Amino acid sequence: MKQAETRETGILDKFSLQDRVAIVTGGGNGIGKSISIAFAQVGARVVVAEMDTAAGNATAEEIRALGGEAMPLAIDVLDSNQVDELVAKSMAEFGKIDILVNNVGGTRKSRRCPIIEMKEEVWDLILTLNLKSNFLCTRAVARVMIEQKSGNIINIASNAGLRPYPSQPPYGAAKAALINFTQSMAVQLAPYNIRVNAIAPGTVVTASADYLGDRDERARKRGTLMRRAGRVEDITPAAIYLASDASNYVTGVTIETTGGPPFSGFTLEEAEREWKMHMKSLK
Amino acid sequence: MKQAETRETGILDKFSLQDRVAIVTGGGKGIGKGIAQAFAQDGARVAIAEVDSDAGNAALEEIRGMGGKALFVQTDVLDSNQVDELVAKSMAEFGKIDILVNNVGGTRGTLRRPILGIDGETWDMIIDLNLRTTFLCCKAVTKIMMEQKRGNIINITSGAGLRPYPGQLPYGAAKAGVINFTLSLAVQLSSYNIRVNVIAPGSIATPGMTYLGDTDERARKRGVSLGRAGRPEDIAMAAIYLASDASAYVTGFVLPVNGGPNLGGKMLEEAQDAWEATKSI
Repeated sequence: MKQAETRETGILDKFSLQDRVAIVTGGGNGIGKSISIAFAQVGARVVVAEMDTAAGNATAEEIRALGGEAMPLAIDVLDSNQVDELVAKSMAEFGKIDILVNNVGGTRKSRRCPIIEMKEEVWDLILTLNLKSNFLCTRAVARVMIEQKSGNIINIASNAGLRPYPSQPPYGAAKAALINFTQSMAVQLAPYNIRVNAIAPGTVVTASADYLGDRDERARKRGTLMRRAGRVEDITPAAIYLASDASNYVTGVTIETTGGPPFSGFTLEEAEREWKMHMKSLK
Repeated sequence: MKQAETRETGILDKFSLQDRVAIVTGGGKGIGKGIAQAFAQDGARVAIAEVDSDAGNAALEEIRGMGGKALFVQTDVLDSNQVDELVAKSMAEFGKIDILVNNVGGTRGTLRRPILGIDGETWDMIIDLNLRTTFLCCKAVTKIMMEQKRGNIINITSGAGLRPYPGQLPYGAAKAGVINFTLSLAVQLSSYNIRVNVIAPGSIATPGMTYLGDTDERARKRGVSLGRAGRPEDIAMAAIYLASDASAYVTGFVLPVNGGPNLGGKMLEEAQDAWEATKSI
C-alpha cells in the first residue's frame, strides 16, 4: 500500500480537525502554543487566548504564515468576565466552538518548601491558576456546547496530579483535582455529546522550564523510563487524538504522556543490572 | 488551510504506520480484525495470528482486497511452539517485527456464576486464555525486539480489569493481571527502546457479543456515560495512536476506550436528575 493510496483510504482523516473551531488557553507559549499550531496544521481555526499580548499575536502570526486561521485574544482566564468575553468573541468570529483546550496553569516558579513554611497566598494562587481557571472556562464554553449538542474539552493536567508531588504540594493537589473534575464533567456533559478528557504531561522541555536546568538529565535521574524529558511534540499528538473523531468513544480519560510510570521497590538501575546478569548467564 | 496543504505539513504523519510490521493475535475477528485492517490502511504489513483458519483467511483477503500487505498464520497462542512459529514465519516474510498486539482473550461464553459455582478448570482456562497467551507472545517477540533495539507492544485488556467484575471473576482477575504485567514489562523493556501499553475497551459491539443482545441498550443500562457501545474502529484508532510515533513518550499506560467513567446506572440517573432539576428553575 503506497503512501498515496493509504491516504485515499483515508484512515488518518479520523485524526483531522478540518473546519473545527478550537479555543486554546495559554496559547502563546510552550505546550499551549504547540497545540494551537498543531491544531491549525490539521485544519482547525484557532482562538489563541493569551494574557501576554505579544506572545498571543506571535502564535497567531505563525499559524497564518502556515496558511491557517487564528484569532489572538488577550484574556486573563482568572477573570470570569474576561472568560465570558472570550467565548462571545469566539462565537462572533467563528459561529461555533468545537474544542476547548484548558492549558493555563503552572507553578509560577513558586518555591519548593515544607508545609509549615507554605504561605496561604501561594496556595490560593496555585489552586486558582490551575483549577479555578479551568472551572471558569469549562462553564462558559459548556453553555455554548450544550446548545450545539456537541463539543470536546481537553484539560492539561500533570504527572504531578497522578501521584504524590512533595516538592510542590499545591500544584499536585490542584492537578489531581483537575483530573477528578475532568471525570465528573465527562459524566455531566456526556448526554450532550460533549467529551471531556485530560492529558498529563511529565517533565517537558519548554522555554519557561529552562530555569530548572538540563531536563533530560533530570528526567533520567528521576527514573523516567524513556530516559529523556518530554518535548512539546510528544504532547500535541495526544491532543489531536483526543480532539478528533479518532477518540469518539473516549471520555473521562487522562492520557499520561509522562515517559513511563514510576514503580515501586525497584529502581531502573536494578532492572538494568538484572538484564545484564541474565545476558551474561546466556554467554 | 486546505486538506492538501495540511498533509504537506505532515503532522498526521506522526500517526502513520507506513512500512511497519505488526503481529495481531486474534486478528480474524472482532476487535483484532478491526485493528489488523486499520493498521494495514495506515500502511503497516500485518501478520494475522488466528486459530480459526476460515476467519483468518477471510481477514487476509479483505486486507489484500484493499491493496494492503498481510500474512495469515494459523496459530493457537496457548501453545508456545506455535507462538514461536508465528514469530519465525513473520520474520521470514517481513524481516522484522515492529508491533505486537496481544488481542486474544475473552470469556469463551462461560456463564456468570458466584465463586462457589466456578470450577478449577474454568478458572485455569480463562486465566490462560487472557494472561498466559499475553506472556507467551510478549516473550517470543521480546527476543527480536531487543535485538532490533526497537519495538512496540499493545495489550488488550478490559474495563473488567480496572474494577470489580463480579459477573465473571476469572476474567476480571486475568485482565487486571494483563494490566500489571504491561506496567512491569514497560519497565523491563524500557532500556531497549520498546514501549508497552494497554488498551482497556468497555462494551464493544462485535459479532462475538451479539449473544448478549443489543449492545447499545446494554451499555446504556450499565451506566456508560456516552450511552452507547463502542465499535471495533474505536479501539483500532487508539491502537494506531499507541503503535505510532504519535505516542513516542507514552509507555506503561492504560488507555481506557469505554465511553466514559462507569459509575453504574444509578449515578448516571442521578446526574440526569440534577440536569432536569436545573431546567425547572
